[in-house]
Amino acid sequence: MPDSTRKTRVNKSLLSDRFEKPIEWLIKICGWSSLAALTAILIFILKGAGPMISKINWVEFFTSTKWVPSPGTGNEPHYGILAMLVGTLSTTALALLISVPLGLAAAVYISEFATGKVKEFLKVLLELLAAIPSIVWGFIGLMVLAPLIQNWFGVQQGRNLLNGGIVLGLMSVPLIVSLSEDALRAVPDAYREAALALGASKWEIVFRVLFPAARNGLLAAVMLGLGRAIGETMAALLATGHANQIPSAITDPVRTITATIAAEMGEAPKNSDHYHVLFILGLVLFVITGVVNVVADLVIKGTKKHV
Amino acid sequence: MTHPLNPFAATRYEARKARTTIMAKWGTALACLMLIAPVLWILAYIFHHAWPAFSLDYFLLNPSDKGKAGGLWGPLIGSFYLVICSLCVAVPVGVLSGIYLNEYAKENWITRAIGVGVTSLAGVPSIVHALFGLGAFVLGLLPLINRFIDDPLQRMHAGLLTASLTIAVMELPLIITSTREALSSVPKTFREACWNLGASKWQTIRTIVLPNSLGGILTGIILSVSRAAGETAPILFTGAAFSLYVPETFPEKLAPYAVSEPFLAMAYHLKIIMAEISGMPEHMKFGCAAAMILLILSVNSLSIALRMKLRNAKKW
Amino acid sequence: MSTHIEFSDVSVHYGQKRAVDRFSFKIAEHSVFAFVGPANSGKTTMLKCINRTIEFIDAAKVTGQVLLKGQDVKAIRDVYSLRRRIGMVFPLPVGLPLTVYENVAYAPRRMGVRNKAELDEIVERCLRDSVLWDEVKDRLDMLGTKLSGGQQQRLTLARALSLSPEILCLDEFSIAIDPVTTMKIEDVLMQLKEKMTIILVTNLTQQARRMADHVAFLNDSELVEWGENEAMFNRPKKEITGRYLNGEFG
Repeated sequence: MPDSTRKTRVNKSLLSDRFEKPIEWLIKICGWSSLAALTAILIFILKGAGPMISKINWVEFFTSTKWVPSPGTGNEPHYGILAMLVGTLSTTALALLISVPLGLAAAVYISEFATGKVKEFLKVLLELLAAIPSIVWGFIGLMVLAPLIQNWFGVQQGRNLLNGGIVLGLMSVPLIVSLSEDALRAVPDAYREAALALGASKWEIVFRVLFPAARNGLLAAVMLGLGRAIGETMAALLATGHANQIPSAITDPVRTITATIAAEMGEAPKNSDHYHVLFILGLVLFVITGVVNVVADLVIKGTKKHV
Repeated sequence: MTHPLNPFAATRYEARKARTTIMAKWGTALACLMLIAPVLWILAYIFHHAWPAFSLDYFLLNPSDKGKAGGLWGPLIGSFYLVICSLCVAVPVGVLSGIYLNEYAKENWITRAIGVGVTSLAGVPSIVHALFGLGAFVLGLLPLINRFIDDPLQRMHAGLLTASLTIAVMELPLIITSTREALSSVPKTFREACWNLGASKWQTIRTIVLPNSLGGILTGIILSVSRAAGETAPILFTGAAFSLYVPETFPEKLAPYAVSEPFLAMAYHLKIIMAEISGMPEHMKFGCAAAMILLILSVNSLSIALRMKLRNAKKW
Repeated sequence: MSTHIEFSDVSVHYGQKRAVDRFSFKIAEHSVFAFVGPANSGKTTMLKCINRTIEFIDAAKVTGQVLLKGQDVKAIRDVYSLRRRIGMVFPLPVGLPLTVYENVAYAPRRMGVRNKAELDEIVERCLRDSVLWDEVKDRLDMLGTKLSGGQQQRLTLARALSLSPEILCLDEFSIAIDPVTTMKIEDVLMQLKEKMTIILVTNLTQQARRMADHVAFLNDSELVEWGENEAMFNRPKKEITGRYLNGEFG
């Protein structure tokens, strides 16, 4: 075919096509970027934690509340993160206690009741709320909520567990609402119509049909909200009061793992034990949030297989 | 009122049903209100207290006296360059990665693993990214570069370069996901039509798929701009500074930072002036927070407006 | 007449599912070859084997040989040049999100034709051949996706003709087109036969009867039989063929 060979030659002379092979290679390499980044993060966190991984007393690490990372000369350092773990988990739990019921209810309203302009408006508003950066939430905790809490509860320290819970709760709401709404919307309309034809009320449809059908998606939404709240740094640093203790009341100040790293890394001398231990805290966070996210991902995959 | 002879009157069960439906509707609406009202009140409160600080000079002058006076120019321009530099890395890598996942990757466990990698990366806490940036770029990359620079005065320090690289890694998942979504909204039939005409995979992507998903990709990029501008933790140890001399005259004022030197940034500036400087006037704290909110919300509104415009201008 | 395309024992599997079962036939140059048969009998899959777009389907596995002028298509190194030699029209009308003009000029441009006059000539010729020219000549800058279904189908045909292919494959091209226009296109196809080999996949047995030189009957992924038009319709070897072609089963 002399004709087609001529055409082929013309084709290859096009400038944009001469780069086709290199570009395809580049695309394939970039395709791996997310896994590469994730691996690099793990490697550098492990490298930063370095010698302390084997030097540290892991039992004390998880069971002691004593955190004395850079003691005066002659004193023993102590690395116990129990109080911080409790601080992280209690603020997260409080945050979810606020954001999950409200978020689910809001998602039900947006997906099942709101129509037209109202729906559009609410979704845009939630998107804008999701965009407010964590340092601004920290500012809200410090400058707006703290004085209010001091007044209402008559406590000295307005930056405490309650403050942190409210701030982290409000922060994770937009994520929970938008993911739950996605999950509810994914339930086929046929389910709603069938239930309606059987004489079910809207209320019954939501509780007996939609929630069971969207169970996995809703669970994933809650888990991702949980991951977000655990990993939140600046807001937690500024709103919780940053006191290394196990709280006995909701108005006690607490301290989170994230805040500890943010507050102490600047002062820890490079390659000191303190510096390495802060990387171990990062490793703990990386593992916790990683597990939460992967489980959420598997749960979502489960939904897709079902529907 | 029900009438015994009216066959269309609501039975007791139906009446209860109607009542519960109305209750559900208003109950969930109340939940929406409980989420939105406090936040709107808080925003109003912040802007109310920020008002005395706002003036043209507030945005055009550099901070002075440890942020107690002057304006926000230095931090604003610093955040601008931080965002631009991080996008220079994250956009090409992220978009190409999205193209790979949607157009080239086969359906197998490797692709699924990459997908899980993207969601996991999106879930890595920002403080862990900060540790990574410190370990990989400040303490890993810089000494590597400095080994080739003999003059001690020319050596690179933690600054725009290291902070942008750290932020770029954080932006990746968002850009990858939005690119992938935008590409998958282009119907498969268009690709098949092009392949049947003898167009190669890349030609098809370049001439049909990319032009028709550019809007969606752009929306994702704008979203990552607002994310990058607001991040604080990742720049804590990777180059952000608070007290720094910034030129007050044009044109030096437009590009005051070298990539190898520390820089001012809005998020870091806000963090320091609200919590760490004693005697900071209230209106300066609120002003900085309000400026930050304005900045982020306007960028996000841009993204939302673009998305709505695209939805109305669909080509098929 | 020499053989243009030959299928030699070609099978296609999608995973466990068999879509094409040991097809063997020969198509002569400058002839019209019609495939008829019910849905899911492997017609579209077979066409995808000819221009190797089957390779884009990850799960598909092809065995046997497809020979183009005696050359195994799998051995052709530049798969794009192969695809340019074969015009494909699939049943779903697909206007690319480009103007009508750019739709037809798409493939020539990818091949490096940049001369405006040359492109104009190609666009007009192809649109005339697909009986679309009169309807769109005043709005060539309109989006191809905004045309009606029938017009998009003819646009797809025009695009397939834009590279002057040596083989034209039409997969139920007339389902979205009205009968009068269909007849006009059929007339054009009979003229195009001078320049190219035409493979026609159709549900309309009458269309096959009007146009085809040879007819093949497919059923349930199998090639039941094939032969000359007249013989297939009047003296089929198998009973099921006769029943289908005469509209008694389907």
